[in-house]
Amino acid sequence: MTENMLVKEREVVVPGEELAVGMDYLPSEGAFRDGDKILSSRVGLFNLDGRLVKVIPLGGKYIPKKNDTIIGTISDVSPMSWRVNIGWAFDVMVHMREGSREFIPNDADLRRYYAPGDLVVAKIIKSASPKMIDASLKMPGCRKLGVGRVIDVQSSRVPRIIGKQGSMISMIKDATNCDIIVGQNGKIWISGNDHKMEKVAEAAIRKIEAEAHSSGLTDKMSVFLKKEAK
Amino acid sequence: MAYNKRFDGRKFDEVREMEAKVGIIPRAEGSAMFRTGKTVAIAAVYGPRGVFPAFLQNPKEGRLKCVYDLLSFSVTERKRPGPSRRSTEISMVTEDSLKPVLDLTKFSYLGVDVYVYITQADAGTRAAGINAAALALADAGMSMKDLITSIAVGKVSDKIVVDLDKDEEDHEDGATDLPMAMSTRTGEITLLQMDGNMTQKEIKEAVEMGMKACLDIKKVQVEALKAKYKGAGK
Repeated sequence: MTENMLVKEREVVVPGEELAVGMDYLPSEGAFRDGDKILSSRVGLFNLDGRLVKVIPLGGKYIPKKNDTIIGTISDVSPMSWRVNIGWAFDVMVHMREGSREFIPNDADLRRYYAPGDLVVAKIIKSASPKMIDASLKMPGCRKLGVGRVIDVQSSRVPRIIGKQGSMISMIKDATNCDIIVGQNGKIWISGNDHKMEKVAEAAIRKIEAEAHSSGLTDKMSVFLKKEAK
Repeated sequence: MAYNKRFDGRKFDEVREMEAKVGIIPRAEGSAMFRTGKTVAIAAVYGPRGVFPAFLQNPKEGRLKCVYDLLSFSVTERKRPGPSRRSTEISMVTEDSLKPVLDLTKFSYLGVDVYVYITQADAGTRAAGINAAALALADAGMSMKDLITSIAVGKVSDKIVVDLDKDEEDHEDGATDLPMAMSTRTGEITLLQMDGNMTQKEIKEAVEMGMKACLDIKKVQVEALKAKYKGAGK
């Protein structure tokens, strides 16, 4: 079957590039079929997952998806809902019912829960169209964030920053003794008692962002953190 | 006077020296530079982002907006800054030449903005602009069926030539300019304009020469995109 593959695993491909020939494979994210060929529809790394041909993106803007954990600021409060700015073209909506694990009475002043300017971690529960995205603040891990710094990274680098089963981010957390929350939208909240350590955590994340596509990054980062976070 | 030898010594079907670079503008979602001879175009892509005025929002698919302009210092006599009849037209044809390969169905209500500026002009600016814009869109992670490749062909005096420069366009016997853009994968032509006079036979010949040249330009584009992520995935 492999003789029908035209590119190697994890090779950089560009739009319109032929990836595979024949009906043995199926086009998945970032790929499409034209006749008996499967072609790439974006710049990315070629990936074969069973019979699925995928192209892992290397750049581009964050596009909200269901079940994404995101970090944003409350931009508006209306009688029944909050609006959260997550760096997308439209603010996402959090309905009163999704606002908190505790009961919110109908006539409550929603500002007492989250006021404009508050930083929150939310989870996207519905994405009907780019204009109508609903998020929840009562899923596990969702909450209002306290003092800390928020940095912006490229959203395509987020999986690398988190690492396999969170290995990379927990390594940074342990080394710097900081609380870190990574949003899929490329916003990362860092909070620690020592602002020097916050800076080390930020530098580590920036390093991962810059070298996201090289291998052996976990080892490199552990050396970096040992040196910096003394 | 017959045009037997090109002013810069190129063959009649030879393009100028070309160079492309991707990711030149850090604040943009995607960006690229494309140079052919002395013509230099830069392109930046922003979005998907909100579309204003809001009545232009389309619930079915995203909106592509292209802006093309010459920078005032790009030409020999200062170009008055701001849009003109010429730049408005070229903005439109750039948009129309890129749209067929772009998939914007996931970006309903949203818009993707492409800004193309010519920093140095020596003929063939719309072709260079389209080449840069296609690269910038790919760099921005847009879903596309192919890269769009563009070239200007034409007739100088009595000869059909590829990639005219300004000296050739101003030839004393007159010159015809035929900018074209295409998807080299499918052979679809997405831009075909002509300024001047050519017979049907000459147009056919010119377009065929242009299609051949596009294959070479595509190589430059692909190389530039891959060069940005050199070492990735290893």
